[in-house]
Amino acid sequence: MCLAIPGKVLSIEHQYDGRVKMAKVQFGGIIKEVSLEMVPQAKVGDYVLVHVGVAISIVNEEEAKRTFRYLEEMGEVDELDIQSMLPDPKEYREDSN
Amino acid sequence: MKYLTEYRDPELAKRYLEEIKRTVTRPWNIMEVCGGQTHSLVKNGILDLLPKEIRMIHGPGCPVCVTPLNLIDKAVHLAVHQGVILCSFGDMLRVPGSEMSLLEAKAKGADVRIVYSPLDAVKIAADHPDREVVFFAVGFETTAPANALSVLHAHRMGLKNYSLLCSHVLVPPAIEAILEDSECRVDGFLAAGHVCSVMGMYEYYPLVERFKVPIVVTGFEPVDLLQGILMVVRQLESGRAELENQYSRIVTEEGNQRAQEIIFEVFEVTDRLWRGMEIIPNSGYRIKEKYRAYDALYKFEVDIPEVEEDGQCIAGEIMKGIKKPIDCPNFGTRCKPETPLGAPMVSSEGACAAYYHFYRLTVEE
Ligand code: SF4
Repeated sequence: MCLAIPGKVLSIEHQYDGRVKMAKVQFGGIIKEVSLEMVPQAKVGDYVLVHVGVAISIVNEEEAKRTFRYLEEMGEVDELDIQSMLPDPKEYREDSN
Repeated sequence: MKYLTEYRDPELAKRYLEEIKRTVTRPWNIMEVCGGQTHSLVKNGILDLLPKEIRMIHGPGCPVCVTPLNLIDKAVHLAVHQGVILCSFGDMLRVPGSEMSLLEAKAKGADVRIVYSPLDAVKIAADHPDREVVFFAVGFETTAPANALSVLHAHRMGLKNYSLLCSHVLVPPAIEAILEDSECRVDGFLAAGHVCSVMGMYEYYPLVERFKVPIVVTGFEPVDLLQGILMVVRQLESGRAELENQYSRIVTEEGNQRAQEIIFEVFEVTDRLWRGMEIIPNSGYRIKEKYRAYDALYKFEVDIPEVEEDGQCIAGEIMKGIKKPIDCPNFGTRCKPETPLGAPMVSSEGACAAYYHFYRLTVEE
């Protein structure tokens, strides 16, 4: 859970009547909402290093792509897909017996 | 198990390995503090490639593994008896509490949800104004900005039904505690790159000076790790003890100052108990008084009695480098990732799970 994963900023939008600013960030085939609060200088098209939904630094494109490829090959980007982290529901129903 | 030829840059990895072999003249113990680095070292087979003089010690750098038993019990209690929506990172679900894990609580009908980000938990709170939502906020400095920001988001959105069960831990005080331990055998450290990308490097200078120990801020890919190890070995062999930065493409001297501002807007430093270790002074964050309305410990009745660990798990000795996971009598027999007796078998960043998934293969081959 301590990894930071690089992704590309696709758009920036304001939510909840402008009280919360979020960006859409693309990680390979997955798009997630990410806060740019820690990297206010980030623009659409920039690559950011994201940890649990918050960008913590801006990285250059080459570094971002290289790191992402490595993480993907190693099967480390699964945490972006919450469903994949859920234990099989059968398992916890059985546990309760 | 990976082989050197499968690395992204096998030539470079080979050069670092040869250089390490050429440089090392006697045994050294090097601790990687970050669980992500442990995971990468084991998964990429680096432990087998290093010369036998170099012994890697897997430190306490997995926030899931060091979250105290009593806080797990509190989270379970909130979910089962207080009817809150308990949100958590997926890794926390199987960690054994004294009575049950969060996964077992979920099986009993408690509303336990996995989220990718604490900001998703804030959204759940906004969508369920009639329910209390508690986020189990574990993590090192890398995660602190996100957890702090979730409180600020809830505050800006005027939410009254969101709070954190906070178990934040900090790396430099843990290094200090390890070095002060009389059983400590660590000669040099790899510090965690992503932690330093947030906090910068300034906190590590006093450690290097006081304990005369090399610390190298290091990334988590195989080539990063090999280069970091080489930098530590060079220092050790030449009698130097300095703070160096292998991961300068991400880590700057001062870190992310905006992130630090947000952390210290919401959190303040406090003493914290580390599961398997002891209470380490100034080694965690708690929520400041100003944001107490978002602190689950104040909001709810959660005075759960402290329960003693049952003593089957030797995680503490592993995190101090005294033992390896395979030295544990329960390893792979009574303790497996599906039925863990201790937290290091749960998270893939825990040393026991890393060994179980990847290292066993080479042992058996
Ligand atoms: S193998 Fe299991 S019981 Fe043994 S130290 Fe690891 S987590 Fe604890």
